[in-house]
Amino acid sequence: MTIDWVFILEKVLLISGVLVVSLVVAMYSTWGERKVAAIIQDRRGPNRAGFMGLFQPLADGGKLFFKEEIIPTNSNRFLFILGPSLAMMIACMTSAVIPWGDTLTIAGHSFSLQIADINIGILYIFGVVSLGVYGIMLGGWASNNKYSLLASVRAASQIISYELAMGLSLIALLMMTGTLSIKEIVEQQRHTYWNVVAQPLGFLIFLVCSFAECNRSPFDLPEAESELNGGYHLEYSSMKLGFYLFAEYINMFISSALMASLYFGGYAFPYMDKMGLDQNIVTILGTVVFFIKIICFLFFFMWVRWTIPRFRYDQLMRLGWNIMIPLALVNMLITGAVILWQQSH
Amino acid sequence: MGMSLQQIIFGVLSVISLVSALGVVLSKNPVTSVLCLIVTFFTIAGHYIMLNAQFLAVVHIIVYAGAIMVLFLFVIMLMNLNAEIEPQKRSWLKYAGAISGGALLVVLLAALREASVPSLKPESTDIGLIANLGKTLFSQYVVPFEVSSILFLSAMVGAVVIGKKED
Repeated sequence: MTIDWVFILEKVLLISGVLVVSLVVAMYSTWGERKVAAIIQDRRGPNRAGFMGLFQPLADGGKLFFKEEIIPTNSNRFLFILGPSLAMMIACMTSAVIPWGDTLTIAGHSFSLQIADINIGILYIFGVVSLGVYGIMLGGWASNNKYSLLASVRAASQIISYELAMGLSLIALLMMTGTLSIKEIVEQQRHTYWNVVAQPLGFLIFLVCSFAECNRSPFDLPEAESELNGGYHLEYSSMKLGFYLFAEYINMFISSALMASLYFGGYAFPYMDKMGLDQNIVTILGTVVFFIKIICFLFFFMWVRWTIPRFRYDQLMRLGWNIMIPLALVNMLITGAVILWQQSH
Repeated sequence: MGMSLQQIIFGVLSVISLVSALGVVLSKNPVTSVLCLIVTFFTIAGHYIMLNAQFLAVVHIIVYAGAIMVLFLFVIMLMNLNAEIEPQKRSWLKYAGAISGGALLVVLLAALREASVPSLKPESTDIGLIANLGKTLFSQYVVPFEVSSILFLSAMVGAVVIGKKED
């Protein structure tokens, strides 16, 4: 039994790197969110801790850690703790199949900047996303509070409903690309145009559904404080509350990364193979470009939150089932027809 | 060390799946039962991966752990089943259940004692990969595949009809 230690070391480093980056990005998304909100509402936003308030996330994190931890008396203790842990774990699992960059060559070894290039990458993401409901449902139920329970039921039905339209909109993309590997989808876009050109409707549906999947405004019904006193994490305090809020930001980061790689070329950028640069430099530039794309999407998430008011719950459901799913089906039919027409010509 | 990595993983997976499957039956709290069942599904998905059937593994998780168990959890949570308010079964019912279950086990053992499990052919191990599976489903088995999709459609229509019952 021989073990490839270089391989294991490489993967361990990559996994820790991706985890750290997701956590830091999520941390600074909270700062970004406040700054964006401040700019939109013509305020200054956080500016006390450090230059431009850049240490604010650290201060918030420290505060959450030192807050008193309360576990309600009549709650199910095990499930109450399991809820936020699951939410956080599942949020961190998705990043495994996202290609963060092309390959780096160091001392003759070539390292792929992707943790696992499995040939069912997109299905893996769907599998993990469909588990995301558990954290919210368990936490809401274990709190033994009717508002939490109502919010978690809302969240679960919302996530299940929009997952369908999301999957259907992706099927059209998969019919075009003919692969389920995200790396291959990015590589295909490297040589031609980005997928959003051919799939504008599919992208729009995917975008709306990812807002709903992340429980982001205008679909943040599970956290509607005016109706539910704060939503499924009403009974949570200290870092357990922090985990729920943090998981939302990680989900946002991952869905931005996913949208960037599926529809906007991922780490591919125009003329990347024609500049005559070293392969390693092109890879690093590609990763930088990928992160710029992700930050644009994150900004869009925040922009929408501070612009559009919350939907009503029946409107949300009607939008999901009566508009998004039929639109996605039509998109699939059109894509299929075009592919057949191209094959016969 | 006479064990290969595969055998170690198989052993660990099997132990977890058996323990969690027992947990489904033995746990008093229905929500814990559901969680144990989810763990069981995960380990079974792990077995599929060991058999090089990644597509089956992921679909197993999406469909069972991601969709069906969420509905289970929904129902159990909203009914709020507790050990205290659950009707206690009579003891003779338990004994009757144990005896009939044991009788079934004896019958099954007798029936399967002579049966042998045909070993997998080496060339068929790539069938679980998505491209091969798709090609086989849509060429060799296209008629059964479409027939079963009609079955699913009728089930969906039935569910909608029941759900939309107007009074």
